[in-house]
Amino acid sequence: MRFLFKTDYEDDIRLFPHSGYIVSYGLLLAVLLIAPYVLSSYLMSQLVFVCIYATVGVALLILTGFTGQASLGHAAFLAIGAYTAAYLQKYNVPFPVYFLAAGALTGLIGALVGFPALRLQGIYLVIATISFAFIVEEILARWESVTNGNEGMRVKAVSLLGVTVSRDSPTFYFICLAVLVLTIVGTLNLLRSPTGRAFVAIRDSETAARSMGINVALYKVKSFAISAAITGFAGVLFAHKLSFISPEMFTLQLSIEFIIVILIGGTFSLHGAVLGAIFIVMIDPFLTYLKDDMPGIIAGVAATFGAGSATAGNIQSKVAAFASLNGLKGAIYGIIIMLFVLFEPLGIYGRWLKIKLFFQLFPLYKRATFKRQKIYVKSERNR
Amino acid sequence: MLDFVQQLVSGVALGCVYGLIALGFVLVYKATEVVNFAQGDLMMLGGFFAFTFIGMMGLNYWVGFAAAVAAMALFGMLAERVVVRPILGYPQFSIIMATIGLGYFLRSVAGMVWGTDDFKIDTPFSQGVLRIGSLVLAHDKLSVIAATVILCALLWLFFNKTTLGTAMRASSENMLAAYYMGIPVKRVVSIVWAISAAVATCAGVLLAPITFIHSNVGLVLGLKAFPAAVLGGFGSIPGAVVGGVLIGVIESMAGFYLAEGWKDVAPYIVLLAVLLLKPEGLFGLHVRKKV
Repeated sequence: MRFLFKTDYEDDIRLFPHSGYIVSYGLLLAVLLIAPYVLSSYLMSQLVFVCIYATVGVALLILTGFTGQASLGHAAFLAIGAYTAAYLQKYNVPFPVYFLAAGALTGLIGALVGFPALRLQGIYLVIATISFAFIVEEILARWESVTNGNEGMRVKAVSLLGVTVSRDSPTFYFICLAVLVLTIVGTLNLLRSPTGRAFVAIRDSETAARSMGINVALYKVKSFAISAAITGFAGVLFAHKLSFISPEMFTLQLSIEFIIVILIGGTFSLHGAVLGAIFIVMIDPFLTYLKDDMPGIIAGVAATFGAGSATAGNIQSKVAAFASLNGLKGAIYGIIIMLFVLFEPLGIYGRWLKIKLFFQLFPLYKRATFKRQKIYVKSERNR
Repeated sequence: MLDFVQQLVSGVALGCVYGLIALGFVLVYKATEVVNFAQGDLMMLGGFFAFTFIGMMGLNYWVGFAAAVAAMALFGMLAERVVVRPILGYPQFSIIMATIGLGYFLRSVAGMVWGTDDFKIDTPFSQGVLRIGSLVLAHDKLSVIAATVILCALLWLFFNKTTLGTAMRASSENMLAAYYMGIPVKRVVSIVWAISAAVATCAGVLLAPITFIHSNVGLVLGLKAFPAAVLGGFGSIPGAVVGGVLIGVIESMAGFYLAEGWKDVAPYIVLLAVLLLKPEGLFGLHVRKKV
């Protein structure tokens, strides 16, 4: 295993702690760059959604993972970004301008939400952000002169430097990838700056942060604004990818999906946002697979183990009926959330770290390294 | 004026249902400081159980009602044992997520088992109306109000006058200290979940004649019950019911007097206003910050 000797504070906050990082991330980037020329158009489309969800995931990580302010209202920020883009596009505003404007407006609204949120904690903050999202959804449905109400808005393809970029083209994927990479790098830089350190301090103990001279209110509002702005950027891409937006797309369900992204990925590292996004986006293809191929495969397995053709056909139709049940996606979501909270609270990235550490320390790995501490004294109410 | 009173009564009846769901939140929150986002779905499931017993198996209304309450109380214990107990003591956010997951699961399973249609339960109060002068009050709405008052009184007595209720309040204050005092905290918590599921079932059955039962009813009403619980101050039993009634009245008044669209957001606007101006709610205790 590799030992990093740190002799300087600069060593501790380096973006790439050692050369291995540059090699592995460079390889990953290269794979992502050639992906559109290799993968099928359906998978490319899913990959674009992974980029968008991961961008929102990073935004949510800044707020929830690093500042400790839970939010179930990020669908509203996404909606504001998407609608700003759609509205400005009607007046022939160029893409870069409305892209930035959407981020700025969403950031501003995020800051406005952040101010009232200063007084709230824990469950109250969650409820308040849900209410905010409901109100935004209702405004979008009712403000018909701007948002076209429940009929929704069409979003034309991106037009960049005089070239029209179709939503299925590799160029659009590269735009999404660039936004994701810039967001991640920007966030990494943010987290090693004094602002990011202040965020983490607030998450760990607000009282301690305040007594160290951190202006808690200011940093919380900042965190809300940054997180909202990034979500707004993602919203523009989301609108372009779907090419049609309407208020019922931005419901509580979507906010919960974003939370699932970071919960499943892992709330303590930016890797979590990307891994969680892959997981969430790939559930749909997985369900399709379950519906189309799984019954045949299971019947085939049953047939090889000596079941007659009638029994195999029976099994096949039963599995097919189960796989095409209406609420299966919801049930799978529910089970996944519960299983992760119960058994893998650190998420997929946490699991990866555990596996890595297991091999690094090979015979000496201890399970207790990652054990969470339980606190039975009722601290949250008195904090 | 007549319109106003009519709206007031239907608002109070709707508000009582919110209050009953909020009561479930409050019970669980009081005893374990867990916020159960699946409370509305427990209500939905209770309604479906009652529908199965009364509508499909043809039991007497009261027998079916009691059977549904008993079955849901057991289910509440089971849910607590499987989902909540392993993560008690972890940050609140994990528990919130776990109950959201539970809610998702219950909703889709209910959709799979009972389908996505609306169901109606025939009750002894579905038909009759009470006339006072020119005021017409439907029995089903009055039954909700009466049941809420009775349940609220019983729960208040239970929490304040019985040993078990005192034990529950103690474990809500400080679980570890309660455990040292010899209170069987685990059993207390599972009883609380049973009670809260039973209360949710009452809400579901009483609601059935008014809005019908379908697999998403829990999500819609459960989210409306949050403003009720917050308005009353999370953790106060009378507060939950008063908050629920206020939210119900505000909603039905907004639906009647204001433009379309206000009805759905009014509860949330009230909620945000309460959180900003008086976060501890109407009946909540003000807790000093400790380091």
